[in-house]
Formats: sequence, C-alpha cells, structure tokens
Amino acid sequence: MVKVVFVEHQGNQHEVNAYKGESLMEAAVSNDVPGIDADCGGNCACGTCHVFVNADWLSKVGQRSEMENLMLEYAENLKSNSRLSCQIEISEELEGLTVELPKEQY
Amino acid sequence: MEEKLDLKKENIIPDPWSLPLETLDVSKAELFQNNKHGEYFRRLRKEAPVHYCPDSMHGAYWSITKYNDIIAIDTDHKRFSSDTNIVIGDVPEPEFVAPMFIAMDEPKHGVQRKTVQPAVAPTQLSEMEEALRQRVCKILDDLPINEEFNWVERVSKELTTQMLATLFDFPFEDRHLLPYWSDVSTTTTTTGQDVDMFERQRILAEETLVYFSKLWHKRAAEPKKFDFISLFAHGEETKDMINNPAEFLGNLILLIVGGNDTTRNSISAGVVELNRNPKEYDKLKSDPSLIPNMVSEIIRYQTPLGHMRRTALEDVEFRGQKIRKGDRVVMWYVSGNRDEEVIDNPDEFLIDRDKARQHVSFGFGIHRCMGNRVGEMQLRILWEEILKRFDRIEMTGEPERVLSNFVMGYSNVPVIVHKK
Repeated sequence: MVKVVFVEHQGNQHEVNAYKGESLMEAAVSNDVPGIDADCGGNCACGTCHVFVNADWLSKVGQRSEMENLMLEYAENLKSNSRLSCQIEISEELEGLTVELPKEQY
Repeated sequence: MEEKLDLKKENIIPDPWSLPLETLDVSKAELFQNNKHGEYFRRLRKEAPVHYCPDSMHGAYWSITKYNDIIAIDTDHKRFSSDTNIVIGDVPEPEFVAPMFIAMDEPKHGVQRKTVQPAVAPTQLSEMEEALRQRVCKILDDLPINEEFNWVERVSKELTTQMLATLFDFPFEDRHLLPYWSDVSTTTTTTGQDVDMFERQRILAEETLVYFSKLWHKRAAEPKKFDFISLFAHGEETKDMINNPAEFLGNLILLIVGGNDTTRNSISAGVVELNRNPKEYDKLKSDPSLIPNMVSEIIRYQTPLGHMRRTALEDVEFRGQKIRKGDRVVMWYVSGNRDEEVIDNPDEFLIDRDKARQHVSFGFGIHRCMGNRVGEMQLRILWEEILKRFDRIEMTGEPERVLSNFVMGYSNVPVIVHKK
C-alpha cells in the first residue's frame, strides 16, 4: 500500500492507502474522497478528476500525454502543476504524494 | 379517431428482430418519436455493435452502439473529424453551412470554445445560482394547482429559456425568441424531418442573425462581461467573427440549441420517469439528498441528444470492421447509455444508481458538452424547489415525443400539480 494525501479546496485532508498499479483517481474514488467526479471512469476523456500536484512531486508523477494536455486545456484554473488523476499510476515511489483538489471539477 | 391513427403509426414500425440485420436502419426519426428505438439498438449491441447501414435517407453510415466504443471514437478526434457535419445527415452544401465550433477540428475549435467557456464554467455559475433559484421559485409559484397543463411549456421550456437569456444577457422581454430559433434550427432534414430548408435559412439569417448582430455591436462598445456575446466580441481571436456572418450564426445556433433542447428535455424527462416509477418518486421524497444523483440518472436515462456523428479522415480498422476514409460514423449515445455490459440493469430508472455520473450523454474528449454544469445546476435547483412545494406532479396522460433522431425530447407532458 502507498500512502497518498488529497487536500480539498477548503483545506480538509484525506489520507488514503492506495494500491500499487491503480490510478490516483481510483484511489480517491474507492476511498470516497469528495471532489473527484471521474465521469469517464479513467479514460482521460472528461477532465473531471483534475488535481494540482505539489511541487516536490511533479517530477515523480510522470509527464502529461498529448491527450491529457488537450483535456486539461478545457479545465477551469489550469495551472502548470495540473494533472488528471486518472493518468497518474500509483507506485512505491509516490509514498507520501500530496495533491490539492480544485474548488469544483468542470 | 386520433387514437386509431396513432396506433397505426406504431404498427408500421416493425419488430427489429424480424428485419434483416444487414440493412437495419436505426436513423428513422419515427423510431424515436414512438419510443421504439430501444429494441433496435439492443439488437445492434448484441449482434453488430459496429454496424454498417448501406442505405438510409442520409446515405450509408456506421453505427457505434457500445459504451466503450463510443468513448474510443469520441476521443480519437484526429482520425474522426467533426468538421462541418456533427449529425447524421450532411448539411446541404454550400448555402446552409454555418460553421460552429462543435463542428470544427483543432485548433480552431479550441480557440473559439475557450473564448466563451468562462460563461458556463463553475466559478461563473456559482455567481448565478441565487438568481436562478429565484426564477425557479417564480415559475413554480405561478403554476396552476389542481388543473391540467403542459409541463414542457410552463416549466421545461420557460426555465431553460430564462437561463439562456441570462447566459446571452439577452433582452428578457424578447426571450421567447430563443426557443423559437432553437426549434427552427433543430427542425432540419439532417436529423430526419421533412422541412423547407430555404425557409429555415431565411428565418435564421433574417431574424436571428440580424437581432444578434445588433446585440454584438452593443456589447463590443461596452466593457467585457461574462455573457456569450460579450466574450466573443472581446475575444482576441473572435472579435472579427461579426464580419463572418455564417460563422457568427453557426455559433449562435450552437449555443442556443445547446442550452435549449438538452436541459428542456431532461426537465420533462424527470417528471415522466418519476411518474412511471412511483417507487423512485417515493425514494426522492423521503431523501432529497438524492437529487444530485437523480439529476445524472435523468440525463443518462433520457440522453437528450441521441447521437453525434464524425467523419473518418482515413481508413480505420475498428473492432474488426473496416471503416473507410470519408465514411459517416454515428455514435449513438442513446444506445451507449443502455449498454448492459457497462451499466447494471440499464433499462431501469434508479435515482440512487451507483456511479450515475458515468453516462455518455455529454460526450467525451475535446468536444464534451461545455454547458454540462449549467444543465445539472438547473435540474438540481428545480427539484430542490419542487420538493419544498409540491406533494406530487402527477402525469395525467401519455407524453408526446418529438420527431427527430437527434433531439430526444417531449413536446407535451400533461400534468396536474398537487400542493403539499
């Protein structure tokens, strides 16, 4: 299990034990973390699992794909550390990963 | 007499399982008007999920009917183009082509969409919520009690029209023009109706375009605001759109139809389905916190827009079928939302359904519905206020559906409202 932390817009923290190989989005949804809609179920096709990755972790979560970039361009409040959490795969390297959630998904 | 005629109409729609699969045509608008399309798509999903219909009133077309296949095509925008045609029938060239960003590929689509998107993004919507709630209250408080009326006209159409007038900052007293123009735009040979396309074009060019051009010049002269016209008029990449009347009209039609026919029909569908499923109505009344989940279930169950169409830009082998360059590829959202392999008991309307948000009604990929949050917000607030006021909205007769293979809608839902 890998410990990851979701911080809601207003500051509520959710520490979650994620499985290696699942996506960060799946870890949030299966642990009832509010604020991740994931309407497309993890296909990088809806943009409703938007998170902001804390700076320390950016290099470890990998690069955005071309499609992820395109989908994020239509998100509200796009930032340089924006990612779609369905595109981040949980690995041991991500122990302690902390991401913030936007106020609302779009 | 009238009833007999209706029966006859239904009788001429054959059982899909009795027809040859090779020529099965699911695009006939009367299938949807008579609510007989379900079995047609069930057969396609079972026997030919990627199906080629060699001939129809729209010509040959591929049908994509499974949930995951729809996501695959919808996100493959490099090979499946939205350029010019996004419904099954081709726009008759060239005089009727009205470019709109939903019917464009990248990069132009992205530029135009991003310009107007802030009008319907969550931040702007939360600013509008209180004003919208007041309007909902007014509409509901003005309804006749214990007296039959058409829910579509008095509530569905009125509420979406008022919302749309707000999004355009359209003169409120003229707001009835918006659903009128919306209906004119969606009544077209390209989605299965027999209509005079020249007269349609005349109304849109002489009435809609002229009216909105005046609004544009007014907004361009004022400081930028968060309505669609102002955002276009002040957008770096779109400020000259007024000089391209076809493109201006196209985008107007997109935003008007997008805000009208979709939520209007979800509002009507909620009343229809809660009446057909009284247990669900009881669930809702005993637990109003189910409203957001119910809103998604309504949008899945109704699938306000039945399909979107793409055109293959190259030969593609897809699920063992050979789609050729130039072929029409129709993603039937109305079928994907009934895919029994992905959705449990898909024919049941369940307001507490697990993962209700996972439906295909908004489409996927870069063309995903821009106004999805506006639609959800209207439905949520409406049902919150209905539950505060009314014991029951009783449907008093069979609803009438519209003739289209694109708009899955109702023209008449007779109801009697019972006060709490």
